[in-house]
Amino acid sequence: MITIADQLLVLVLLINFVVLGTSRLIFSIRAVAVQGVILGVLPALIHPFSWHLVGIISMILVTKGVVIPMMLSRAMRSAEIKREAEPYLGYVPTLLLGAVFTALSFGFAGKLPMLAEHQNYIFVPASMATLMAGFLILTTRRKAISQVIGYLVLENGIFIFGLLLADAMPIMVEAGALLDLLVGTFVMGIVINYISREFASLDTSRLTSLKEE
Amino acid sequence: MLAVLIILPLLGALTTWLIPSDRLRPVALSAFALGHLGTTIQLLICTPAESPGGWFHLDALGKIVLLSTTVLFMFCAIYSIGYLAYRVERSNRVFCSSLLICLAAASTVTITHHLGLMWVALETTTISMTPLIYFKRNARSIEATWKYLLICSVGVALALIGLYFLAYATIVAHVEPSLLLDDLLSDAGKLSSGWVHAAFVFLLVGFGTKMGLAPLHTWKPDAYGESPGMVGAMLAGGLVNLAFLALLRVYQLCMATKEIAFFQNALVAMGLISMIFAAIFMARQADFKRMLAYSSVEHVGIMAVALGLGGKAVFGALFHIMANSLTKGVLFLSSGNIHRSYNSKKTDHVRGAIRRLPWSGSIFLAGFIAITGSPPFAPFISEFTIVSSAFIQGRYIVASLFLVSLGIIFIGMALTVLPMVMGDPPSDSETTLYKDTLWTVGPPLSLLLLIFLLGVWIPAPLMDILSEGASLLEVKQ
Repeated sequence: MITIADQLLVLVLLINFVVLGTSRLIFSIRAVAVQGVILGVLPALIHPFSWHLVGIISMILVTKGVVIPMMLSRAMRSAEIKREAEPYLGYVPTLLLGAVFTALSFGFAGKLPMLAEHQNYIFVPASMATLMAGFLILTTRRKAISQVIGYLVLENGIFIFGLLLADAMPIMVEAGALLDLLVGTFVMGIVINYISREFASLDTSRLTSLKEE
Repeated sequence: MLAVLIILPLLGALTTWLIPSDRLRPVALSAFALGHLGTTIQLLICTPAESPGGWFHLDALGKIVLLSTTVLFMFCAIYSIGYLAYRVERSNRVFCSSLLICLAAASTVTITHHLGLMWVALETTTISMTPLIYFKRNARSIEATWKYLLICSVGVALALIGLYFLAYATIVAHVEPSLLLDDLLSDAGKLSSGWVHAAFVFLLVGFGTKMGLAPLHTWKPDAYGESPGMVGAMLAGGLVNLAFLALLRVYQLCMATKEIAFFQNALVAMGLISMIFAAIFMARQADFKRMLAYSSVEHVGIMAVALGLGGKAVFGALFHIMANSLTKGVLFLSSGNIHRSYNSKKTDHVRGAIRRLPWSGSIFLAGFIAITGSPPFAPFISEFTIVSSAFIQGRYIVASLFLVSLGIIFIGMALTVLPMVMGDPPSDSETTLYKDTLWTVGPPLSLLLLIFLLGVWIPAPLMDILSEGASLLEVKQ
């Protein structure tokens, strides 16, 4: 089981690079959905069966795999954009930065004490690397939808870490966190619609009327 | 009994959603706000014991934040009766419901001792305020909304990973995994220091973003500047305090884990940076609502510095929670009136506000005097306590930077505020239908009276709560 879980985490890391390197928005949305589904399957591999677990897994699969991607692709269609035209930082530099951050995450994780049964997993470095990838996407992309995708990747990174804690977190809190993510993304989708109506584009670099002179 | 604080506003949100009339809705909002205030006061007088399991516990720190939030909310709700009457062209259904959902989430933050639940509630306050910032429906407000939503969501998400680190620290230490504050405090000595240290960094950055400490404050001027005055008041006087309460919880944990020196230094540094930032951007600010936003950056900075100093200054920080939130209410509500009367928030257009709006203009002027820390208002007491404590502790550099920033901010604000309120209104300025009425002047005036009262006399029960709160945060050497 350990090897399968670790291989899935490697897949999650690869998806980070897919999202970092692509300009097609629909492709990014689907990649993040796949990432969400993988994260939904992971808890089943590392925790013994319980109804609590079944509840969490189905919630994750539905929100991250179906609802959020659907909302995003709808927002994308209504805004009539397909590509991230010109990011603040090119794709090659972001990919390189992503690689550097991934390496740093492994270094950071090596410094922290782990529980014996988690020693062999790459949960912590995968979590930190995904978090940093999300941060990179958030800060280097112009389109509002890309920024939401970055936020989702960042949340996925946090979520990977949360997998280590499934026993510590009461289901209410976990459900609450997931619900907040869902509503947050939903509201972002609505705001995106308003942005595209107001500016006839989703380019957040046009959101500059509030700059300090 | 504590549950009423959450259920009542949620019921209110449902009721205001169902009410069909735009005129009745703010009235219902005020009724529920009054009910919430009444419940709060009753709970302050006879506080229930900790709930079984320890999830809910109204302690002194929670009481201070709860009281200032509910008082401010009540006056904002009454103000909304007058304000929304000027905004009849659009429905206020989402506006009123979101405000009440935010109040329910805010109450949850103040009464819970479960850090996970606190996080969920804090994120709910962020999301529920989003439609309010976009209430004006124009290009500028959508920009502000986007920045606010994205930056605050990311910030709070970083705080979540900090909490996860804390929970993992308990697992590594082989104690019962838990995010209950009391469990964490009692097991603090055993926690793995590497994880705890990493957790505190993420928690400080996360809650610091939500609170608007520089350099994580970039969303603040936009969100405060573009939202309606009463929403600005709730953001600057309510949500800021909730994030500060979260930092207080982290501070309690730091005290128990002996990481406090590191955390205190970080707080002092971020606080002073906030004050200096505010001083720089406040000077020659051409937009008076943005000026108020920088004033909010300044005041969260003051609270952070005070907490970082420790000792007597902590009392100042706790009192400043109330003083700042009520004074921000005065400023934002009265500036909203001025904004509506001139239909502009540029200081080039707004002149002679006292001539045009004798009440709102004078209240705004008094609010400016109060917020810059002049006697006899409440912020003077808290700021004086903080500065004197800094000198007593021999932190001369911190104290002098603090005082210099306050001085520059006073001058910068005066240069903006005095021309606004004094002199004659420009002859070519737009005339609008707005006139001062009891509904729009009463709430800021009452808040002004309150901060005056707190400036000259702190009632004994309130004093007890403040001292109890300060004793919870006393660092034992």
